[in-house]
Amino acid sequence: MANHDIGITVRRGTVHALVGENGAGKSTLMKILYGMQKPDEGTIALDGEEVSLHTPADAIARGIGMVHQHFMLADNLTVLENTVLGAERLHGIAGRARARIQEISEKYGLGIRVDTLVEDLGVADRQRVEILKVLYRGARTLILDEPTAVLVPQEVDALFDNLRELKAEGLTVLFISHKLGEVMSVADEITVIRRGTTVETLTPERTSPRQLAELMVGSELPSPETRESTVTDVPVLRVDGLRLAATDGDGVARTVLDGVSFTIHRGEVLGIAGVEGNGQAELVEAVIGIREPESGAVELDGTDLAHASTRTRREQGIGYIPEDRQRHALLLEAPLWENRILGHVTEAPNSRGRLLDPRGARRDTERIVEEYDVRTPGIDVPAASLSGGNQQKLIVGREMSHEPKLLIAAHPTRGVDVGAQAQIWDQIRQARREGLAVLLVSADLDELIGLSDTLRVMYRGALVADADPAAITPEELGSAMTGAASGHLVHEDDEPPGPGAPPLPGQRSPQADEERGPDDEGGEAR
Amino acid sequence: MTRPAGRGSGPRRIDPQAVVQALAAPLLAIVAALAITSLVIGATGKDPFHAFQVMLDFGSKSDSQIWIVNKAIPYYLSAVAVAVGFRMNLFNIGVDGQYRIAAFAAAVVGGAVSLPGFLALPLVLLTAMVVGAVWAGIAGVLRTTRGVSEVITTIMLNSIAGSLIGYFLQEGRLAEKEGNLFHTPYLPEATRFFTLPTDPDPIYGTILIALVIGVAYWFVLGRTRFGFDLRAVGRSESAATASGVSVRRMIVTSMVLSGAVAGLVGMPTLLNESFNYGTDFPAGIGFTGIAIALLGRNHPIGMALGALLWGFLERTGTQLEFEGYAQEIVGVMQGVIVLCVVIAYEVVRRYGLRRQQREVGAELAASPGAGGEKAEVSA
Repeated sequence: MANHDIGITVRRGTVHALVGENGAGKSTLMKILYGMQKPDEGTIALDGEEVSLHTPADAIARGIGMVHQHFMLADNLTVLENTVLGAERLHGIAGRARARIQEISEKYGLGIRVDTLVEDLGVADRQRVEILKVLYRGARTLILDEPTAVLVPQEVDALFDNLRELKAEGLTVLFISHKLGEVMSVADEITVIRRGTTVETLTPERTSPRQLAELMVGSELPSPETRESTVTDVPVLRVDGLRLAATDGDGVARTVLDGVSFTIHRGEVLGIAGVEGNGQAELVEAVIGIREPESGAVELDGTDLAHASTRTRREQGIGYIPEDRQRHALLLEAPLWENRILGHVTEAPNSRGRLLDPRGARRDTERIVEEYDVRTPGIDVPAASLSGGNQQKLIVGREMSHEPKLLIAAHPTRGVDVGAQAQIWDQIRQARREGLAVLLVSADLDELIGLSDTLRVMYRGALVADADPAAITPEELGSAMTGAASGHLVHEDDEPPGPGAPPLPGQRSPQADEERGPDDEGGEAR
Repeated sequence: MTRPAGRGSGPRRIDPQAVVQALAAPLLAIVAALAITSLVIGATGKDPFHAFQVMLDFGSKSDSQIWIVNKAIPYYLSAVAVAVGFRMNLFNIGVDGQYRIAAFAAAVVGGAVSLPGFLALPLVLLTAMVVGAVWAGIAGVLRTTRGVSEVITTIMLNSIAGSLIGYFLQEGRLAEKEGNLFHTPYLPEATRFFTLPTDPDPIYGTILIALVIGVAYWFVLGRTRFGFDLRAVGRSESAATASGVSVRRMIVTSMVLSGAVAGLVGMPTLLNESFNYGTDFPAGIGFTGIAIALLGRNHPIGMALGALLWGFLERTGTQLEFEGYAQEIVGVMQGVIVLCVVIAYEVVRRYGLRRQQREVGAELAASPGAGGEKAEVSA
């Protein structure tokens, strides 16, 4: 049973947020409201009238529209074509449809460019097209399934502006999320769901993110961070002068990595901050060997890996938690134990010589499931049937099981519920204590500040600034991410230091300054 | 941290529901296929049950059975060749051209040399495999270097293979004339494969090749690192890349392997039946292989059953004609069976995935200690 005793009342003209852990039953509830799944008992009333929704078509006819987490757009069609697809009867496919789209776009401030191909749009624009699609079909109640999971902070703000527009026009928005800060800022009411049942409905004024988190998890949260430095002076990963060019959608070659240099030591977490699309993804892929840089050195533990294959790098001790776990870290249709082999097929316990060792792999999968608290009925279920958080726990468990020297963690807790998030953080901290070096890329600034020993800011393919996580606020980091500040960022008390200025000794964290060795020079503004 | 018992760990291998699910798909497919074929036969105004009776009776005669087995050998090899591609999301439509040009080359080489059998046979087999591999490899290389879809290239290579054979299969080039037919010189006695002395007709010894290939297919794909990499690419190219597989190399390798197996498809005919490559050499087995690979779900035993079923239908179909049934009924049956199998498996697969997702959901709802546990973990 995924859901039971759900009671939720959403008032017209409000933004109502639904928060809960992964697997708590939010998506099931959404599917019921959108007619994709039938409830065993209970009723749904819309404007006081009891309705039964058997298919999404029923829901659409009643003015309920859904924006899915994974976009359902045809890349090779234009925005106009995508919008009218399947709704040709409403306003035709040409002039009238175009006029209607423009009207909607202006009314709600969506800023739609009608004739652009969807493949040329960024994530935020695609999301707006999805919203446009449901509005075009006459929706008065919008369901948004984790709309912010894929957006960067600025885009989230823009989305929230759109939601407020919708609300002002009398539309109702039901908004699923587990980013509590965002929920607090946009929602009029918040309903917490846990283990398939609604726990409480609150207004943002009467609650705090911490209280919400505790309601979601059903227990008190651990204190966010305990910081004691484990950084040593033994370099593990040395990256020097990495350059990489790539051709973008318009066929224009541009530099995506521009002389990136840094060193990560044993027991150190190096956090890379930056607005998405500034080269972090490319940096990660260059270090793991999926992209070949034009120049520059990558050295792991003194071994040159600049031209080594991904497999060699993994065998040499690089663990990799990719940004998009479904596309890069899992075989969704394969059972868990085969997923445990993925990426480590040449290593024990997965193989002996050139032969697989299914028994060893299975036994070790059982161990990972146990130790990393992966919620699953067994190791023979396909990875696709696990919730996002549990998939991620499996991946973290797998990567940690080969005693990596370096862990590359790209957005390790994206789309993961708070319980799993705390657990993954703990595991990274634990491994760091044991001497692991971590390259952490994240869009979650709290995560970056909380986990990192050293912070770098990436902007247009270069590391433009560095900061001491013990003495920086998310706001200060944010301004460097937009290119407004560079050099060594120091918490503002009095005069701001210029680019490349030496860190002020003894101001906030003398210890962090000692850690900064000569190797770090390369990351300073170039 | 302790877990509630009966979850995850422990000696569990056989999930009864999984077994039911595994049997459900083929049963569903067979029942549906029988029902639809009955309707089709009924629509032609004939009695479907009598037709099935005729087929069963004729198919169970011993000469029919030997015929079916012999026919199934090339079908099976062809299916395996296609399945190697399928397992990694490559569609090798070119098995047809690959086996024909391979068999032709093997026939030419075999007819030209006179060596003792233990040297000549391996030479002929090797020639066939290498030629098949090269022919398929062209498509693999074009895909990785130029990005050309292997579907297009292999179809075109089929046509090129046909033309090449047509050019060389003429008197004064590589062929000789016998009656109205052109064919390559006969293989010497020593260069012919043995047969199993069964009654009333012999079973081709090349069945051993099929057995070896079937076992090798199962072992390499299921039990080796290479096979895991290959399947990983088939399931998700992006995940395979991130896991350290060179997708380009894997594409070329698997096309070459597929082609090498395809090269063997003509061997049962060449070494056990015709002993030359002539204008009447069977064509189209490559396409039959696609249907059988689909029917057998790329499974080594499933494809063997599929190949036998195909042979059975072809053999007994001829008998239906004598009974006044339309000749095309067998073709209809074959098509219906493949469609039913593909649809039935997809239906069962989706049902299974939903069932497992429900189970995971139930798991979460049913473990009341989980909240406390989590606090323990993160504290």
